[in-house]
Amino acid sequence: MKTAISSPLRWGVGLLAALGPALAFAQAPDKGDTAWMLTSTALVLLMSVPALALFYGGLVRSKNMLSVLMQVFVGFSLITVLWCIYGYSFAFTAGNPFFGGASRVFLSGVFDAANEASPFALGATFSKATPMYEIVFVGFQATFAAITCCLILGSLVERVKFSAVLLFLAIWFTFAYIPVAHMVWFWAGPDSYTDAASAAAANAQAGLIWSWGALDFAGGTVVHINAGVAGLVGAVVLGKRVGLGRESMPPHNLTMTMIGASMLWFGWFGFNAGSALEANGYAALAFMNTFLATACAVLGWTFAEWLLKGKPSMLGAASGAVAGLVAITPAAGNVGIPGAFVIGLAAGVVCLWGCTGLKKLIGADDSLDVFGVHGLGGILGALLTGVFNTRALGGPGIVADWVTAAMGDTSPMAQLLIQAKAVGLVVVWTGVVSFVGFYIVKAVMGLRVAEEHEREGLDITSHGERAYTG
Amino acid sequence: MKLITAVIKPFKLEDVRQALAEAGVQGMTVTEVKGFGRQKGHTELYRGAEYTVDFVPKTKIEAAVPDALVEQVLEAITGAAGTGSIGDGKVFVFDLEHAVRIRTGETGDAAL
Repeated sequence: MKTAISSPLRWGVGLLAALGPALAFAQAPDKGDTAWMLTSTALVLLMSVPALALFYGGLVRSKNMLSVLMQVFVGFSLITVLWCIYGYSFAFTAGNPFFGGASRVFLSGVFDAANEASPFALGATFSKATPMYEIVFVGFQATFAAITCCLILGSLVERVKFSAVLLFLAIWFTFAYIPVAHMVWFWAGPDSYTDAASAAAANAQAGLIWSWGALDFAGGTVVHINAGVAGLVGAVVLGKRVGLGRESMPPHNLTMTMIGASMLWFGWFGFNAGSALEANGYAALAFMNTFLATACAVLGWTFAEWLLKGKPSMLGAASGAVAGLVAITPAAGNVGIPGAFVIGLAAGVVCLWGCTGLKKLIGADDSLDVFGVHGLGGILGALLTGVFNTRALGGPGIVADWVTAAMGDTSPMAQLLIQAKAVGLVVVWTGVVSFVGFYIVKAVMGLRVAEEHEREGLDITSHGERAYTG
Repeated sequence: MKLITAVIKPFKLEDVRQALAEAGVQGMTVTEVKGFGRQKGHTELYRGAEYTVDFVPKTKIEAAVPDALVEQVLEAITGAAGTGSIGDGKVFVFDLEHAVRIRTGETGDAAL
């Protein structure tokens, strides 16, 4: 499919590790790059446990606190294990435009002590002749897969069965996360482009959306739109929480939500700046954009809420931070500072609407606003990435030719259309997979806990413990 | 003996405790409670969800006093707990049939 397009391709987190044997790197990975990527990986882990768990946990009622922490904690672990069994292989090795292959199942070949000369397989980054240890990329991407799956949980909390969470995540990870990651991020790496013929061959191996030329630095489509739409579908299929609209369901601990949001901000530097795959200027650009856009989004949400609803709330500020982080994710290394200002501000205001006006319009009980923040913020960020990539608006442009690694510019309208096409495909793909996935789980084991258990709280009835005693 | 139950604004607790001690009250029991009277509650907004909170936090004081002290105690409470604005609270007075000090077995006024 469209594989022959030699469209300008640049920044995305993708790398082809499994080209290994075909490519002989002259040098070993840079130690600074390796140190940065290992650090980034640990930072992204922190985003799930405890940051996302606390952010979500503070928003539910106290009787469901542990159920949320457990869903995130165990969901994260489950996806990490599945990633190392087959996820990595089918996402990041050559296959077809939708799925990779089985060559790295159980991470086979990533580390091979029998190969005494070079026991560690090498993968590509975005710079020619700049390899990274493939095992570092495996770990970095594992944290992405796992947090994406955990994001969905926010739509299902306070009523979903724990067993249903695990089965659904396994299904969705396999049929939505893996193919979308492959479509958006998999490519042959810059060293595969040496002349016109090799470039055509390399493009033919790339994921479908990558080959369109869509820009997604750290996961606007793969992570946030993917999870946001899955969450919304889940909220619709599951139905509303018992008592919604009649009983008060205020967040039980916004202090924890603030701590969680702040730790997300911190960890997101690994997520976005780490997606440069090297400790270089583009990592620093992604870092600063992530920093700035988030602050802009906090102000955007806070002042919009103050103006429209009367009071600036802590929950609003924390939600604004997450909205900004989401929206800047696809743009992080793909736009300049002007892009960060606009994307951040826009995200704060648009996602406030996503959690209020749009939410009422949709009518589903997306309990913690996964769609309003991640779905909508992801779409906004993905589209604006196309606009602000151009040098006229301060962006870096793209690599126009991977054979020479020459930089070029993008046209906002043309790039916006490519971005929109990528968004559209991911929305439809994850929407369909989620819908089918939730119905399969419903048929196999049911999605919701018994009504009396929901009233009593999931902590006691599902896990046999309470968050707060004494 | 009378049992005096007063529901007051939480921030007035220390003033009332002091006034009661000065009036000769030897002990009291304090509970954090919620309720509503003529004072309205408030609304809370969490993203799109708006909740009306009808029950306002109050502090309930219970003190058992000899009949002779009742008038002074009532004056002490109304004087110390009053702000003049709605929501200052109420005082209820009940007849108290019997009292026992557990440590000594004393009964009646001596137990207070």
